[in-house]
Amino acid sequence: MLRLVALRILSSVPVMFIVAVIVFGLLRLSPGDPAVILAGDSATPEAIAALRQQLGLDQPLPIQFVTWLAGVATGDFGQSILSRMPVLALIFDRLEATLVLAVSAIIITVLIAVPLGAIAAWRHNSWIDRAVMALSVAGFSVPAFVIGYLLMLFFSVKWELLPVQGYVSPFADPGGAVRHLILPSVTLALVFMALIARVTRSSLLEVLNQDFVRTARAKGNSQRRVLWRHALPNAAVPIITVIGIGIAMLISGVVVTESVFNIPGIGRLTIDAILARDYPVVQGLMLFFALIYVGVNLLIDIAYIIVDPRIRY
Amino acid sequence: MKMNRREAMLFSASAMLFAATSTRLAAQGAESVVRFAPHAALRVLDPVTTSAYVTRNHAYLVYDTLFAVDSNYAPQPQMVDSWEMSDDGLNWTFTLRDGLAFHDGAPVTAEDVIASIRRWWQVDVVGLRLQSVTEELTADDETSFSFRLSEPFGAMLEALARSSSIPLFVMPKRIADLDPSTMLEEVIGSGPYRFLAEEFRPGVSWSYIRNEDYVPRSEPADGLAGGKVPRVERIDTIWFPSPDTAISALQNNELDIIETVSPDRRIMLQGTDMQLVERASPTASTIRFNWSQPPFNDVRLRKAVQMVVSQLDYLDIGVGDPEAYQTCGALFGCGTPLETDAGYTDGSLENLEAAKELVAESDYDGETVIIITPGDVASFSALAPLTQQLLTELGIKSEIETMEWSSFLDRRSSTDPVAEGGWNVAHAVFDRIDLVSPLGNMNFDARGNEGYTGFVDDPETEELKTQYQREPDPEKQKAIAEEMQKRAYDQVFYIPLGTYHQYTALRPEVTDFVNAPVTVVYSLDKA
Repeated sequence: MLRLVALRILSSVPVMFIVAVIVFGLLRLSPGDPAVILAGDSATPEAIAALRQQLGLDQPLPIQFVTWLAGVATGDFGQSILSRMPVLALIFDRLEATLVLAVSAIIITVLIAVPLGAIAAWRHNSWIDRAVMALSVAGFSVPAFVIGYLLMLFFSVKWELLPVQGYVSPFADPGGAVRHLILPSVTLALVFMALIARVTRSSLLEVLNQDFVRTARAKGNSQRRVLWRHALPNAAVPIITVIGIGIAMLISGVVVTESVFNIPGIGRLTIDAILARDYPVVQGLMLFFALIYVGVNLLIDIAYIIVDPRIRY
Repeated sequence: MKMNRREAMLFSASAMLFAATSTRLAAQGAESVVRFAPHAALRVLDPVTTSAYVTRNHAYLVYDTLFAVDSNYAPQPQMVDSWEMSDDGLNWTFTLRDGLAFHDGAPVTAEDVIASIRRWWQVDVVGLRLQSVTEELTADDETSFSFRLSEPFGAMLEALARSSSIPLFVMPKRIADLDPSTMLEEVIGSGPYRFLAEEFRPGVSWSYIRNEDYVPRSEPADGLAGGKVPRVERIDTIWFPSPDTAISALQNNELDIIETVSPDRRIMLQGTDMQLVERASPTASTIRFNWSQPPFNDVRLRKAVQMVVSQLDYLDIGVGDPEAYQTCGALFGCGTPLETDAGYTDGSLENLEAAKELVAESDYDGETVIIITPGDVASFSALAPLTQQLLTELGIKSEIETMEWSSFLDRRSSTDPVAEGGWNVAHAVFDRIDLVSPLGNMNFDARGNEGYTGFVDDPETEELKTQYQREPDPEKQKAIAEEMQKRAYDQVFYIPLGTYHQYTALRPEVTDFVNAPVTVVYSLDKA
């Protein structure tokens, strides 16, 4: 396993370099000029030109790229063009909210979706199965912002049970954190529940028809034991894959939920930085996301080995 | 510990009850704090580097100004105690009032003011004019400074009272000495609130605490003038990307004030006990033509469009609520000292045939014109389709290119031909405060490719502006402004599309809101 980890870390270096080149190139090819945005709607051409020079945006692209890459190699991701704050500080400032939100959503998802999918598979073609599948289609089809606003309308505005917006760190105020997390995590979880329930169901259906399950039943195991101890672990690989990818997707793609519930997370930072053409922040974030995907894939591979010792790399 | 189902349900219910109670308690405990949702996220702290309104509004809390306009847009002293002009109008002397100090404890001196003026006048359009006639700007003593001019500058107080894009904020000399293109990172002013740099989260939240040493003027607050009395200890500003969430937060007592509620969202607060105030500076939309490229470098084609544009059509489609809008032909704003209808006639499709004749006379040769529009700004959404429809009626082929705001700004600043990434028609939206001054109104920037987008090239207007800046008599200034407006309509600098109101929403317990042309929250209190 150590060899796997070492190999993956080594192979991530060229991956990150390729990501860096692509992100840098795409950003510079896309229309929009940070100096124009920074100067504002009423700025004169002279003011914009002076800003462009001040920000180093008038330098040839290869020089800009090499300067940035040299900084990254030493851990300096540069400063935000707009706020002049270090890129890494901005990312870490927003990371906690997104991580906490993503993890709580995944926990809710796994606790509800895996049993639902398993029951649907176990009661294949029954009304329970159809109900679970119908719910999962609905969960997948209704946009997160619709669910979010509906939850907010009832639980916050009408019944005044939960706060509308904001993020409270669980390290500072655990109770406040829970109150602020309930609505956004449920909103986010509903979409992923649909996905994971469906994957769990289809994966289990395949396993439940295999010989070892029949053998387990023949040996007199209870239905519950057959499902949870024999079938589910063997159906776990695709479920782990989807959960793993889901975590990575959540970290990089929670912008709608973050915007609806006004949570200052990575998703909002990304969208804001892209819209403002804040090049150093976008570049830093893309590298960070690439790192997250590499890391999550590694964790998924390790999880495969744990749940299925037959798997070798 | 194991819980049975009933205990678990009881525990959940208790947790919910606790949550609800503590949410309310938290809100009640925060009585000396005002929680404010601005119209945009603050990311740039330097009010000289950017003309963004959110940075300007932030600066009004932290910095003070030499003069400020009252609710009638008349300049009134703010940091200045007294001033005098020589008989020939070439020498102006100003003396600061007592008790002015920066947040770091240092007194505000004439040297600080001079450095601030020098930084400001390199970027502001009115400042540039003042700079061009200033031979000497000197400190006479600790609190007095003087201008020696090469020619009279009747608009001196108007310039020093610039209220928007870009106001003259006074900073310590060591900060103001920075080049304007170098963004300042230290926020030290002498205004009623101190910026809490350590709590600044760009694009998320930022806060201020009361400047206990601030000495407000004794006059009552009036517009941006008069006494700025900081009443609450702290102002917490929270950016809401979703306006609907902000409204819900206001209703749920998680916010005290929302700077901007659009006319169509106003209905969400009607019937509640929230206060809804019509903002003092309404919004004005415009159609702009690119003068630097054919076919709209031809005045006949611009006039043809002008003849068929009806403000009411745009307002009905773009705003919808007749209570929230008004037609307005005054290019310096309706309800302002320079309001006039000179040269204005609203267009209509009844003029279509005459307009088509003008199109036929023009140099338009059937090319497709490009209308650029930002797809992510709601106030622009209805403008481009309606303009395209009018162009079609006139027989002008057109295409709408939709992009997001940053690409739009970049593209709109281009003087290149359309084939090389240029544009022909765009729209722009202003707050009235940016229209009131003939020198500062960007729509009258007639310097061609060196000027504001649209690149209006009209030396006659620039000369009229010079006459205006020299003239000390307000009546004569008004006559010049009328001439400017006639010229702008005659040459079709742009087409105004009427004005509409936006609203500020406050919780019922919030008091002392000063409805100024720029949203300022330094005076707020909570009952």
